[in-house]
Order: sequence, then structure tokens, then C-alpha cells
Amino acid sequence: MTAAKPPLQLNDQGQLRHFLSLDGLSRDLLNEILDTADSFLEVGARAVKKVPLLRGKTVCNVFFENSTRTRTTFELAAKRLSADVITLNVSTSSTSKGETLTDTLRNLEAMAADMFVVRHGDSGAAHFIAEHVCPGVAIINGGDGRHAHPTQGMLDMLTIRRHKGDFDKLSVAIVGDILHSRVARSNMLALKTLGCPDIRVIGPRTLLPVGLEQYGVQVFTDMDQGLAGVDVVIMLRLQRERMQGGLLPSEGEFFRLYGLTPQRLALANPEAIVMHPGPINRGVEIDSAVADGSQSVILNQVTYGIAIRMAVLSMAMSGQTAQRQTNSESEEQA
Amino acid sequence: MTLPDPALLIPQMADALSQHLARHGIDEPQFIGIRTGGVWVAQALLEHMAESSALGVLDVSFYRDDFTRNGLHPQVQPSELPFEIEGRHLVLIDDVLMSGRTVRAAMNELFDYGRPASISLVCLLDLDARELPIRPDVVGATLSLEPGERVKLLGPAPLALERQTLAAH
Repeated sequence: MTAAKPPLQLNDQGQLRHFLSLDGLSRDLLNEILDTADSFLEVGARAVKKVPLLRGKTVCNVFFENSTRTRTTFELAAKRLSADVITLNVSTSSTSKGETLTDTLRNLEAMAADMFVVRHGDSGAAHFIAEHVCPGVAIINGGDGRHAHPTQGMLDMLTIRRHKGDFDKLSVAIVGDILHSRVARSNMLALKTLGCPDIRVIGPRTLLPVGLEQYGVQVFTDMDQGLAGVDVVIMLRLQRERMQGGLLPSEGEFFRLYGLTPQRLALANPEAIVMHPGPINRGVEIDSAVADGSQSVILNQVTYGIAIRMAVLSMAMSGQTAQRQTNSESEEQA
Repeated sequence: MTLPDPALLIPQMADALSQHLARHGIDEPQFIGIRTGGVWVAQALLEHMAESSALGVLDVSFYRDDFTRNGLHPQVQPSELPFEIEGRHLVLIDDVLMSGRTVRAAMNELFDYGRPASISLVCLLDLDARELPIRPDVVGATLSLEPGERVKLLGPAPLALERQTLAAH
């Protein structure tokens, strides 16, 4: 949805100024995010896990939808950059999306924050806010409906790069509830942009969205076939709360067909890593023996998530600063 | 004015550094180069001094005081300090000392790792343009530039200094 418009999330120099979606971002920019995050990982390993980069800036987390991991890691990321952080948990009401968001936006602007991290149940919410927010304020998408979860996508890429190296030889499978998963969309986009030659999507037909071909992925409904020889298995959470009607016979049936068990994992490359964005449903999409097993990097993902969020927050703030300079210079010339 | 040849400055700096350390009774200091040019100077110095201790590498991008004006350096890399900072004598090495702001950022970063016993500052070139009360303990050469001029160190081997003229805004 962002592709046809001018790139809202980039400034005139092509740097990030918002972070809304991985759609339309170049491989160089994704690599810059990963490289910057690598440096922040080193900061996280120190006795003093804090750098003064965003000192005096205010970051406001606005969560219209529940979250533990994303909210706390965004908070930690902002704090480790020395920003002041507030978190608002705004419960989603039944008022129409336009009214709610516009009203909320006016309130948020009045707080004079420099940056908003927004999670919302409606696809496109962060984009909407970025279009209407006053200039100089950065909007970071912390997940919007089924559309995108770009920081999760990038932390998954950082996990893959740190454990498996370059993307150009890898085979990656994304398994489970693809239909409701913004994580799957962001991952497919990122993997494609970073040059992963073999992206596989595995799930029951009822949980596969139409139009998967545009991502350049292979689709499997048979998990054993799809897992053969893969280097990375990304499991997705079964999102019962987003399901209406009979998409699934039962959780037990789902686990029998698409649950990641040690037997199934044995079909992948013996060195394969297992990822999951969390929270995991043990015995629904993943067996405990796999989730806690030696190939699981699920907890590493959480650590990498802080570094990715530090990278995105500082890069977007940096891009806003650069844009402000460009604007004031062109005003001087005019 | 011609720029000095770093290859000639390094031996003098090594001597001056040894004397400085001896005068202050510093044994076994830890050497730290500021990325990128400072690391090259540090490597050349350590080689000349036949010093085999590990070299720390500092990337001060996250500590710069001009972030709100210039933003984040796109090629930031992790700092690597493979030793304790707490209680140790440190020798901080940079290529060109201009305003002193890089050194200030470097000291801020070092203190996030611990409380050093002391920090000595070594610079290849001092441009006599300090904006902060920061002075090198050992310096290769001091020179003044015309307004709008900069000096850049090319390296890592051989090291060479290059004069650059900033485009007028």
C-alpha cells in the first residue's frame, strides 16, 4: 500500500524518518539497520547498557493492542538510548477508526513527544498517523493489524544473520497461521529484499492468504515436504483471537498437522535454527522439546529485538533531524 | 605548507609516549584507538614500540554531541575493549585533534565501561583549533589550517595525511 505513493517513511536523502513497513526499503537500508543493531548489541553487553544518543528526546509508546514483549523491548530500547519514555495503553473502543485515530493524534501531539511507537489492531494505522502527524515527529510501527510488524521482521533478520550468516544461500520456512500474521508479511518482504533465494510458506489452506505469489515464495500445505532441508524454521503463533468462524477443526488437529515436533524438525538441515516471535503456544504450534531445545533461538530473538529497536529509533530520529536541516536550508535560500 | 609524513612522526611519538609513561610511573597501560584513523595510528605505534598487548577499539558514534545536528553515522561499528577499564591506566589514541569533541565523546564512553586510573591522550596531529579544555600528552605535530580546510588521515598502510577543502555552503 505504500509502494505507489512517495516514500512517506524516507526523507529527501533516502534515510529513515518513520518506520512503518519494510515495503519499499532497499537492501542497503535493511543492512544499515542490521549493522547499527549489531553495534547496539555490544552496548547491551556492557555494565552500563546506556548511550546518550537520544538524551532529552521523548518517546511515547501508544499501544491500542495488548503486547508484552514488543512494548517492553521498545521501552528498554528507548531507555538505553537515554530518551524519556512514556507508555500509554489505549484500549480499542468501538468508535470508527478515523475518528479515534484523529482524536488520539491531536492528544498525542499536545504532549510534544519527538517520536511515537504505535501498535494498533487496524492495518494501516501507523501509516495514517505518519501522514497526519506534525513535521519532525517520527512514527514507528509496532504492529498494525495484519499488515506489518517491521521491527519484528528486522529482529528476525538479525537473528538469522547472526546465526546463519549471509542470506544468499539460505532456505527459510515460515510455518503456521500466515493469514493473520503481520510478522509473516514483514519477514517475507525482508527475506526477499535481502536476497534469500528459497522462502517457503507452510500452512493449511484456510490460513494462507491470497496473493502470496507477489512475495516470491513457495507455498506448501504439507509440512514434511516444506521443511525438507531448510536452514531456518520460523514458527508463527496461532492467532485464535483474530479468527472468526471455522478456519480450523481444533488445536489438536492443527498440532498434528503443523506443530513443530522433534521428529519434524529432523527433516530440516541438522544445523537449522528454530524461531518464534512469541508468545509461544506450547503444544499448539510448537512442542516444548523443540521450544526449549538446542536449536531454538527464541530467547535470543528477544535480546536482538532491543538492539533492532534501538537502531530504528535512533535512525528515524536522525532522519528527522536531517530533514529539518534540509528544510531550513531551502527556506534560507528561498 | 606541506603536511608531515606520519612515518617520520610515529618513532618520535613512540619515544615521547615511553617517556610520558615512565615519568608518571605507568606500567602496563592499555592502548585504545578511536575508529578509524586513531586505530591505524595506534597500530603503527604499538608495532614501533614492539608492544604486543591487545588494542582496544572505540567507536564514539553513539556518544557524539552533534547527533541532534548531524544525525547518526551510518557506518557505526561495535566498540571492542578486550580488557578491564576499571582501575587501569589507559592510553587513548586518535589521528587528528581538532575541536576535542571526539575525545570528550570517547572519555564519556570509556567511563561507561568503568573508572580508569588515568587516561593519557596521544594524537598524530593537533590542529590548534580546540574548543574544549582537552590537550594531548603526546603529539606528532602541531599545525594551523586555513579556514575551510581539513586534514584527513589515509591508511592503514602506508599512513598519509591529505589536505581537504570543504565545499563552501
